[in-house]
Amino acid sequence: MIEIENVRKSFGSLEVLKGINLTVQKGEVLTIIGGSGSGKSTLLTCINGLETIDAGRIVVDGTDVHAKATDLNKLRRKLGIVFQQFNAFPHLTVLENVMLAPRKVLGQSKAEAEAMAVKQLTHVGLGDKLKVYPNRMSGGQQQRMAIARALAMSPAYMLFDEVTSALDPQLVGEVLDTLRMLASEGMTMICVTHEMKFAREVSDRVAFFHKGVMAEIAPPETLFGAPKDPELQNFLAATH
Amino acid sequence: MFDTALTLADLGFLAKGAAMTLAVTAVSVLAGTVLGVIFGVVRNQAGPYWSIPLTFLLDVFRSVPLLIQLVLGNAAQSIMKLGWAPFTTSCVVLSLYTAAYCTEIVRGGISSVPLTTRRAARSLGMTWWQDMRYIVAPLATRVSLPSWIGLTLGVMKDSALVLWLGLIELLRASQILVTRLQEPLFILLICGAIYFIISFPIARLGGYLEKRWSPND
Repeated sequence: MIEIENVRKSFGSLEVLKGINLTVQKGEVLTIIGGSGSGKSTLLTCINGLETIDAGRIVVDGTDVHAKATDLNKLRRKLGIVFQQFNAFPHLTVLENVMLAPRKVLGQSKAEAEAMAVKQLTHVGLGDKLKVYPNRMSGGQQQRMAIARALAMSPAYMLFDEVTSALDPQLVGEVLDTLRMLASEGMTMICVTHEMKFAREVSDRVAFFHKGVMAEIAPPETLFGAPKDPELQNFLAATH
Repeated sequence: MFDTALTLADLGFLAKGAAMTLAVTAVSVLAGTVLGVIFGVVRNQAGPYWSIPLTFLLDVFRSVPLLIQLVLGNAAQSIMKLGWAPFTTSCVVLSLYTAAYCTEIVRGGISSVPLTTRRAARSLGMTWWQDMRYIVAPLATRVSLPSWIGLTLGVMKDSALVLWLGLIELLRASQILVTRLQEPLFILLICGAIYFIISFPIARLGGYLEKRWSPND
């Protein structure tokens, strides 16, 4: 369970999170929508401790993320995250990209890590690309590799930060299909996205962020069908 | 017909000079690179404010002519009664000179690795050290290699200045022969050829590594 309690965060004089309260249950798929600068991506990087917070707290399975005593490197094994940029390690093959963290962080043997990497890469449809270097692949393939790389750590939660935003339109589908597959397998997911159709299909709940505030949160049929917040109504009208 | 007084023994004398050039260069580049990597990482980690003293010191080594550094370094070691041999003094000064340049090369290499890539590594639970070792080091090395090869070749030629401390390296050996045989053009031609022969493999090694790594990125 991820508990977010009254989290505040500023960059200089700009307050990007103005007291966010949110709880994500095991097995839930939560999507976060909202305009740029609404604070939705920042929240994700706060959850895995890449960013500090100014007030409130974030608790993952009972561990306070920003407490001094917390071993972030250990906590991050639980929290897979995939970013907008594909962030492939360009000097490693696809297989090596996925094997690196399990070997060095989890201390798995080469055989163990390789078996896991092959399994995850096959799962995302890259079973035939093991020995290829990332720059020889399309953006969609690189992004699926990044997903497999995160999954190879056997995380309990997956965070997706606008993973299709940097993709050519014709490549968006293959990545969304991968996310749908994970959702249907019961993975706990928080997805920041601009893909409304996707959000409507896979989410248990959808949250709308506006200027650092979570303006509305509801199951997709309610949020998209009968939006209450005026900003959300504007946002939905503009994205249609 | 071409006629020369240069003997095989003289060529051996030049070869010994070349060996001294190589020795000074090898020690200085090795020590300078180790220091440069350490300083480069420190400069990158410490941020602009804390690295001001280090940056200032390195700027001094980069802007004062090497010859002056050698003479002052030698004077300093004698004033401090360190009793260093000219070879030691030469290597210490040249190492610091190399480190000053190498620091900038390393710093540039490290900052060429996209922050997002490093965040991805840390997100997978890697420690700062693992990120440095498995992601930053290989990527930064690729970017820095051409400049580092250039620096090494530069130091090899600049090392001729240690003759001022009395070391008989390649250029000094040539000078001695020129004085004795009075055949400056021919001897300097040979001297230049030797510099080329010892530089060429280093340049080629750089080219080879660049080519080997390039299909991957």
